[in-house]
Amino acid sequence: MVARIRGNPDYIELERSRRGFGWTLTILMLAIYYGFIMLVAFAPSVIGMPLSGSITVGLVLGIAVILSAIILTGIYVVRANGTYDRLSARVIATSGVRL
Amino acid sequence: MKRVSFLATGLLLSMPAWAAGPLEAGTMQATNWVAIGMFVAFVALTLGITVWAAGRTKTTSDFYTAGGGISGFQNGIAIAGDYMSAASFLGISALVYTFGYDGLIYSIGFLVGWPIIMFLMAEPLRNLGRFTFADVVSYRLQATPMRAMAATGTLVTVAFYLIAQMVGAGQLIELLFGLQYSYAVVIVGVLMICYVTFGGMIATTWVQIIKACLLLSGATLISVLVLSKFNFDVNAFLSKAIEVHVKHGAIMLPGPQVLNPISAISLGTALMFGTAGLPHILMRFFTVSSAKEARKSVFWATTFIGYFYLLTFIIGFGAIVLVSTNPEYLDAKGALLGGGNMPAIHLAHAVGGDVMKGFISAVAFATILAVVSGLTLSGASAVSHDLYASVFRLGRVADGAEVRVSKITTVVLGILAIVLGIVFQKVNVAFMVGLAFAIAASANFPVLLLSMLWRGLTTWGAFTGGFVGLISAVGLTVLSPGIWVNVLGNPAGSAWFPYTSPAIFTMPLAFFTCWLVSTLDRSKTAMRERAAFEAQYVRGQTGIGAEGASAH
Repeated sequence: MVARIRGNPDYIELERSRRGFGWTLTILMLAIYYGFIMLVAFAPSVIGMPLSGSITVGLVLGIAVILSAIILTGIYVVRANGTYDRLSARVIATSGVRL
Repeated sequence: MKRVSFLATGLLLSMPAWAAGPLEAGTMQATNWVAIGMFVAFVALTLGITVWAAGRTKTTSDFYTAGGGISGFQNGIAIAGDYMSAASFLGISALVYTFGYDGLIYSIGFLVGWPIIMFLMAEPLRNLGRFTFADVVSYRLQATPMRAMAATGTLVTVAFYLIAQMVGAGQLIELLFGLQYSYAVVIVGVLMICYVTFGGMIATTWVQIIKACLLLSGATLISVLVLSKFNFDVNAFLSKAIEVHVKHGAIMLPGPQVLNPISAISLGTALMFGTAGLPHILMRFFTVSSAKEARKSVFWATTFIGYFYLLTFIIGFGAIVLVSTNPEYLDAKGALLGGGNMPAIHLAHAVGGDVMKGFISAVAFATILAVVSGLTLSGASAVSHDLYASVFRLGRVADGAEVRVSKITTVVLGILAIVLGIVFQKVNVAFMVGLAFAIAASANFPVLLLSMLWRGLTTWGAFTGGFVGLISAVGLTVLSPGIWVNVLGNPAGSAWFPYTSPAIFTMPLAFFTCWLVSTLDRSKTAMRERAAFEAQYVRGQTGIGAEGASAH
């Protein structure tokens, strides 16, 4: 049964595409976060540069990191609950197993 | 400098004021009737829910995971509730109050673990597990050693987290309500035992949801009231804070918290990946009916937690403007009444008087109660489901017996938590939450992630890797200033391990050990385990054969 599912083109597409997408977003999130921490640790003066009045680069960046975490998870959910779940449902339907 | 950095970290990672040093004598406040009234209302409501939940808790699955009947949105709020402890509410706003920008850096570290959980783990975790994350790691590996390892990781993580919460509860309640420390600890312990033994996961989830809604609305209200004083002009608000803070412009810059880059990165690593290894959080993935709902819960949790951290930043700055300038909240030396973790509470009073302060105090108490309930349920499940049912009885156990063991364990854990809470009253427990995160990141997370994603992992690799992570995280923490200097009383600067958190070393070490031992493992069992990976992976990806928890 496992061999049959693994040979299913829908499964192959599902697995490959989700793995690629998941790791891409993971690396993106890690890059954003560690990039931010590196900036804080090694270029603190950039953090304090004023953008407009008392609003600084660091403040905007910090809020941007928080928003990016929310937005990236949102993007993943939309894609996974749409495209991937449709593929997954097809794999299950053709696998002949009942859930 | 290092010392300042540690103290401030303690402020954040531990529960309230003791982190910043011993509580000042005579800070116990007069009995606060508004707070007590609101808290009693919360307790009455949640006990009512417990009675209702007890009637609906019939099977093992109801008890551990609410029968998988929680929706993605509800579970998202409950996860946020588990995560937004009183430590993050009072601790981070206090950190912002004292150091400004550093508080934001920390809250970001707490948040960014969530997307990673979503992208790499949510799917297979939901599809492979049933009640505890040990279900996942023992799926194709040998049940006895893996469950023993996972249960140890769970219990150690829960123990440190729980002690920190209990000590925090006692000291906070003493301060806020004017109740004696030991009474406060007993009340928290007894209520928690009631919720968990009678209402199981259903009650625990709803307590968590109510508390999260209260906390979010309270924090929102304070923030709006603060900003309204500046006609919602953020620039004017920040300028005023910079003007009145003793550090002035420096509060917009990285401060003492991050002067040591290795400490900053190591702590960030512990916070980020520790989230993905906290047993009470992982358990919440099994309370929903499908991977789809699990994903929705992570999205809502991330949204609420991110929003909450933005509010703590506003609250911290609000306290700089409205609390630090008002002699009503300061002692003769200009320090905050009640200790370093009080800015949010005083700010509530500053913008909304006694009623608002009472409300926020009651919310803080409710927060502790909800978090300890979640922790205890998770610890009890590790004992009953992993150790008792799987290791000692080798899976041959009736449903009813397992739940009975779980309830007995809850009572034992509750009593233990009360005793330890009282024993540790005078100990500086600042290191404990940080240690819990470091262990979760170094022991639970590597084993869990590799078991789901890496074909080559074998039982021996996972077992040794997990224990190496666990022991090294505990060992280096003992040698770090948090215990070596602050608890054991050695002179400042004599700590063998100079950094705040061990995770940057111990997490890679655990991964490496898992890899090395697995690769060297040429046993027949190891071959079988590698061969079993495909079937597990297919199920993890598609849910075929998954426990449809709701269908039970």
